[in-house]
This record gives sequence, structure tokens and C-alpha cells, in this order.
Amino acid sequence: MSTPPGSVPGDTGSSGRTEPAPPKQESGGWTGAVAGWLERRLPIGKLLPTRQPYYIGSWVYVFGVVTIAALIWVVLSGVVLTFFGPQWWHVSSIGHFINSLHFWSVQLFFIFMVLHLWGQYWAAGWRDGRAPTWMVGVVIFLISIVTAFTGYISQQNLDAQWIAVNAKDAINSVGVGAFFNPLNFGQMYGLHVMLLPIAITLLVVLHVVQVRMRGVVAPLGAADAHLPDGVREARPS
Amino acid sequence: MDAPAPYFHWGFIEISLPNLVVIGVMLLLFVLALVLPFPGHADGNARDRDRQ
Repeated sequence: MSTPPGSVPGDTGSSGRTEPAPPKQESGGWTGAVAGWLERRLPIGKLLPTRQPYYIGSWVYVFGVVTIAALIWVVLSGVVLTFFGPQWWHVSSIGHFINSLHFWSVQLFFIFMVLHLWGQYWAAGWRDGRAPTWMVGVVIFLISIVTAFTGYISQQNLDAQWIAVNAKDAINSVGVGAFFNPLNFGQMYGLHVMLLPIAITLLVVLHVVQVRMRGVVAPLGAADAHLPDGVREARPS
Repeated sequence: MDAPAPYFHWGFIEISLPNLVVIGVMLLLFVLALVLPFPGHADGNARDRDRQ
């Protein structure tokens, strides 16, 4: 696969046409080098495109953004739960409501993430240099599972204790020991409200930027005449 | 609410009714997303053809 210098396959910039960026003399140390790299790989026309290829007009492409919408609700309701604590979310009516909002947002997050995964799997979304985008999505999925698990055992109820004790048995059997201890509420809660959400949020931002850099993958078997500039040239002849 | 969910067994497959319903809804949503027309798609197609 060859790509013209200064262009990236899948360009859907506002001009609708990929122009090779003129070679630049980078100066100013590493900041200048990073700025030059960003200008070449992610110009503002790619970061915030005003046009998309015709094949974006399908509900299948909505699953990804709905997943992000659900994630926003998960984070917002989680922030409220963090401020008020278990006594509040188990006892008060509004606490029950926010707790349920958090739970059901997570259900929707996973449902639409899996639908997005199906859509990308059957479209072979890793084609034309998009393998890193696919792999970051895989990592987000795996971290999300651990985040949901630590959430289940941070509920501070019998369900959480039951899950934690059984999980400790399972994790003991694989020799993890206390490094990841489901019976350690502080460790699980800390991971759930701090480390793992930050990781997911950063990786989702990276995932979206990767999609912007390469553009959305063209459908399998799409006629070359229907592909955006950049994708057509990048395809092996 | 606290009662255990009904479970279904088919050979080695064992799944609760709520999980089965969720999977069914997901499959339905996926199929609908493939077949339902997207609003404004026809216009976008025409715009894209104009670019050729």
C-alpha cells in the first residue's frame, strides 16, 4: 500500500480532495517535530470534517457514537455517586435513581459497544491501515469488562460481597494473589472510580482520533469510483 | 425482583431469560440498522455523485 506523502487514506476533508502537504522544514526541537507530524497526519479538516463518504449514511455507523453517549452518562452518574457515597445511593430515592441511571447506562454502553463491534467485524474495519484503530477498540472492550466487574463489587451490598468472594476463589486459582483482590474494597473502588475510567476515556479519545486520521472504512466490495480520494489511491492495484 | 431468573438449557448452553432477551434485542437492532433507510441518505448519495 502506498500513500502519497502528506496524505492519509480516507481523507474526507472539507475540500473533499487530498492535497499532498508541502514539505516543511521542522525546527524548534521536539515540539516543532510533533506539531509538524500533527499537521501532516491530522489537519483540522480531518479532525472536524464537514463531509463524509456516501456509505456513512447507514444506521450501523450510529452504534459507535451511541456508545460514546452512553459512556458520557455513565461518567456523569458515576461522578454523582462518588460524591454522595454508598449510604446515599442505597437509602435515598434520588440515590436509587442515580444508581439505576449508572447501571442502565452501563448496560446500554455494552450493548451498543458490541453492536459497534459486530458492525466493524462484518465490515472488516481493520482494512487499509486501520489495524491500530481495531486494536485500541479491543483494549477498550477488555478494560470496560474489568471496570464493570469492579463496579459490581463496589455496590456495597450482599450481591457485591457474593460476587467478590466467588471471584477471589477464581483469581486465587490463577495465582494473582493480592495484586488484584476483589475482597479489597478500597482497591476495587479506587480502580473503578479513578484508574479504569481515565484509561477508558483516554483510549476512546484516541480511538476517535484514529478514525478521523484514516476515515471510516469503505464497505467491502465498494466500487473504486465510489471511494473518497486518498482511499482509491491507497488501494493495491 | 429478588427471585432468580428462569433459565433455559439446550445441551451445553445454559442462559437466563433476561440475557436471552438482551441478545435477541441486540440482533433485532443490528438487522434493523442494516435494512432501515438512513434519513437524508438519498441526498448524500446525490452529493457524492456530484463530486465524481
